[in-house]
Amino acid sequence: MITTTGLTKIYGADGSRGREITALDGVDLHVREGEVYGVIGQSGAGKSSLIRCINLLERPTAGTVSVAGQDLTALAGRGPRAGKELRQARSRIGMVFQHFNLLSSRTVQDNVELPLEILGRSGKERSRKALELLDLVGLADRAGAYPAQLSGGQKQRVGIARALAADPKVLLSDEATSALDPETTRSILQLLRDLNRQLGLTVLLITHEMDVVKSICDSAALMEKGRIVESGTVSELLATPGSELAAALFPVGGEAAGPDRTVVDVTFQGEAATQPVISQLSRTYNIDISILGAAIDTVGGLQVGRMRIELPGRYEDNVVPIGFLREQGLQIDVVGASDAKTALAKEAVK
Amino acid sequence: MTWSEMQPLLSQACWDTLYMVGWSTLIAVVGGLPLGILLVLTDRGHLLQNVVANKVIGQVVNITRSMPFIILMVALMTFTRWITGTTIGREAAIVPLAIGAIPFFARLVETAVREVDGGLVEAVQAMGGNTWTIVRKVLVPEALPSLIASTTTTIVALIGYSAMAGTVGAGGLGDIAIRYGYQRFETELMWITVGILAVVISLIQFAGDFAARSLYNRGGRSGRAPKLRLLKAKEPASADIGKVA
Repeated sequence: MITTTGLTKIYGADGSRGREITALDGVDLHVREGEVYGVIGQSGAGKSSLIRCINLLERPTAGTVSVAGQDLTALAGRGPRAGKELRQARSRIGMVFQHFNLLSSRTVQDNVELPLEILGRSGKERSRKALELLDLVGLADRAGAYPAQLSGGQKQRVGIARALAADPKVLLSDEATSALDPETTRSILQLLRDLNRQLGLTVLLITHEMDVVKSICDSAALMEKGRIVESGTVSELLATPGSELAAALFPVGGEAAGPDRTVVDVTFQGEAATQPVISQLSRTYNIDISILGAAIDTVGGLQVGRMRIELPGRYEDNVVPIGFLREQGLQIDVVGASDAKTALAKEAVK
Repeated sequence: MTWSEMQPLLSQACWDTLYMVGWSTLIAVVGGLPLGILLVLTDRGHLLQNVVANKVIGQVVNITRSMPFIILMVALMTFTRWITGTTIGREAAIVPLAIGAIPFFARLVETAVREVDGGLVEAVQAMGGNTWTIVRKVLVPEALPSLIASTTTTIVALIGYSAMAGTVGAGGLGDIAIRYGYQRFETELMWITVGILAVVISLIQFAGDFAARSLYNRGGRSGRAPKLRLLKAKEPASADIGKVA
């Protein structure tokens, strides 16, 4: 649904003044129809530039963007002004913003009607559609209120209703929940998820909060310094050994008790989660296993368990038991070799 | 001078002032609003970025504004005659008043429009709106409270300028105060004119403030601007938590 190839954005590339800053460095992104795709990264990783390049609010320096099979970069023209075709294409892409960006001079209903005014729809049709959408986001009773009278969560609901007014197939969400408290964040994410399911809406969201990815994303990508360093569906990521995103999505803590111990992260998915593997392991090899940390959670609608266990002896002594665990269809990460990586991922999740 | 002598003088003067200030305000708003918006739009990084046009408009505005009104009035005499067919009287005074007020108002419009949150412009761009839509649906309505305040300031400034219009025989309250009050030592009449001017200006200021404030506080809550700033201040904090930890 959304595909970018070699997307590059360099600020100051026009050679006017200041040094050049590379915000995007050859980003290839592929968002499938009907999925919720999360791009996560720290401030300055290039997430905002990425989402702004998708509807060409920022002109990419190089690379292409296509949405619903239409090459937007080809419509861009040369100047900073958007031509008619690009504007039409933009009207088919909804966007919600971190700071809501509602017009304070208009009522809630008039804000939702704005995209339809731009499309030249009749007054009757506009108000019918606006009221229908306000009902969908649960704000039917606040149609006549001004944005200043609403709470943050309500404002974002209006922002979402507005983004959906022109019946887009794609919704871009630029840190939509970052200005909201945790409770409101949950309800907004739930709303996005519902809209994704009910309307078949493809959602591309950027965020710096791992919880957002965890609660609603089907797929995710991790961005660092303008590049996508990891991407895939959530279950693929969880099944990738040493995946930073997986570790960050689903962290388990615990340190080894001594130097001659082996610490292993075990990830269970689906079927494997129901097998009593740890007691089998203990009985078969007659070893004592300490559990350092464990958690079970639902990530992207998938039941996942992760456990950090400690085996006596060095890694060399434990090759056989670890092999046994692998045979059970579990994903095994031996901690130590990738200590630096886990630490990084832990940082990202906080 | 008795009151019965003063009364017709004063009422004529009031009418003259109102006439001159009214028309020149109207022209200043019609001319200054687009000019001020253009000053913002043509600036670097804005929708109609055009450095040359921006510099030219900016310079014209600066030159006109730097000229003392009495000199502007004399300098524009040929132009005034071409427009109104005369260089004396109320109509003749309106031309320099309006031309002096256009750049003044344009600068105020520029400041007001710059205050509009860039995110709103971005939101309308993302909906597929063109520049004209953005001007009509975002910049002007969102800046409206400030624009009204700017208009009030312009009216008050024009009342001040109009005192000098007496030099071209346009009449008005300021003219009465100078000719009768100062030059003929009718101190009483001068104080009455000053009083009337004070009352008129207070009323205009009050009305303007009231209109601007009731628009600004739409929705019964004051100070939406500080609230937005609070939210923005939160953003880097939450983004930095990861680094701190």
